Amino acid sequence: MINQVAALGSLGIEVVRKYGKAGIILFRAIFRVPNIRKGFPLVVQQIYAEGVLSLLIIIVSALFIGMVVALQGYHTLSKFGASQQLGPLVALSVARELGPVITALLFAGRAGSALAAEIGLMKATEQLSSMEMMAVDPLQRVIAPRFWGGFISLPLLTIIFNIVAIYGAYLVGVKWLGMDAGAFWSNMQSAVDFRLDILNGIYKSVVFGVVVTWIALYQGYDAVPTSAGIANATTRTVVYSSLAVLGLDFVLTAMMIGGW
Amino acid sequence: MKNLIEINKLGFMRNNRAIFRDVDILIPQGKVTAIMGPSGTGKTTLLRLIGGQLTPAKGSIKVAGQEVPRLSRSALYNLRKRMGMLFQTGGLFTHLTVFENVAFPLRQHTQLSDAMIRSLVLMKLEMVGLRGARDLMPSELSGGMARRVALARAIALDPELIMYDEPFSGQDPISMGVLVKLIRTLNDALGLTTVIVSHDVQETLSIADYVYVISDGKVIGQGDADSIKHDQSPQLQQFLRGLPDGPVPFHYPADTLKNDLMGEGAA
Repeated sequence: MINQVAALGSLGIEVVRKYGKAGIILFRAIFRVPNIRKGFPLVVQQIYAEGVLSLLIIIVSALFIGMVVALQGYHTLSKFGASQQLGPLVALSVARELGPVITALLFAGRAGSALAAEIGLMKATEQLSSMEMMAVDPLQRVIAPRFWGGFISLPLLTIIFNIVAIYGAYLVGVKWLGMDAGAFWSNMQSAVDFRLDILNGIYKSVVFGVVVTWIALYQGYDAVPTSAGIANATTRTVVYSSLAVLGLDFVLTAMMIGGW
Repeated sequence: MKNLIEINKLGFMRNNRAIFRDVDILIPQGKVTAIMGPSGTGKTTLLRLIGGQLTPAKGSIKVAGQEVPRLSRSALYNLRKRMGMLFQTGGLFTHLTVFENVAFPLRQHTQLSDAMIRSLVLMKLEMVGLRGARDLMPSELSGGMARRVALARAIALDPELIMYDEPFSGQDPISMGVLVKLIRTLNDALGLTTVIVSHDVQETLSIADYVYVISDGKVIGQGDADSIKHDQSPQLQQFLRGLPDGPVPFHYPADTLKNDLMGEGAA
């Protein structure tokens, strides 16, 4: 009995220790940024690695998701004689939910896992230790630029996802199923509110950007420096990020829905 | 003789196991000092304690008169600019070329122009014989070359102290000979203080001015290479002659073989 209580206490301490460590990493990533001259090129490099290199998967996914939503929506709406409302249906679904959430999930799989593996490997090959011994703070030189790279990239990727998905819906609705292009765009324009729909979606993606990048960086930095440890860190990054994105999406939607 | 590093009554625990118990070590300035001992005795841990990457449970570690565990972050980083450390795996940045790896500390800590950095990097690479390899990536280097590049990087800022973590392990005879010569030459030519952590007996004794042998959390022998070779302590002789069993047991602590084979879980 005592042993079980002790094990529970030990587990509790370990969980609190991990959250504390993750909090310190986030704090330092935000506030211990390199100076502009040295830091700016590093952040740009990370925007390329995390954002630009994720573009292909984001664009292809967005195109197909937009096309599928349009196809499914058109058939359902036409049963009620409301097929002209396809534009608003697609735009609202994409801008409010699908854009931020799917982009964040894809980002976690593509960029988050790469971040965790890269940092875990840097740790296992003593690159982080050698940096420390050269009096260079790895949190400042390695973690902070990657954090800001993810923070900036994800909202931009979400905007691109939204645009491509709506274009995919246009291709299916207007070009394939023969809807009137004017009705498609004008109904969409009148139904979508820039602040409530578009901006709220972007706000979500900003939160997801922080959370996904934070989880990836922490998992990499805290990885056991072995091949199995790095594999675990990569897996945990994708699983925890996906769960966090889906859970936070509900919380953020509940907070925003008052304005809708 | 002045000591650059003074370690007194050092105690360090890991997972409730004592790695060091009241260890005293003095590293004289300008000399090559070797820390030897069997694997798992905490030799690398000792280097990390000197470099301030780990904090001791008790005792004092002074480097250049500064108490390392009590230094603030900025003071510790300033002290580290005066140290160089060669890691067992080299620790080269895999996304940078050989040239950029050696230039890294110079770019981080100096405001030198690109032309000046280029000259300094080429001079350091010339010292380790790899000026021609400056455009290669670390993945294109052999193990010995990678360690020499890491050595060039470690001396890029002209440190007072350089620490080598197992510099000879896994090296072919030619690389080994080159490294042995290089370590001695760098120490004498640049007036460095050198600490070598190793379990390669012959190579280390051939260049060390003073040797400490650590086992089971304490210093079991010290002196110059000759006195270490002729020390009659059984523990020391077992290590130097590579005997499989002796005071340092071959077997990890366990129940008797009979009990293990005949006890619970036996067929």
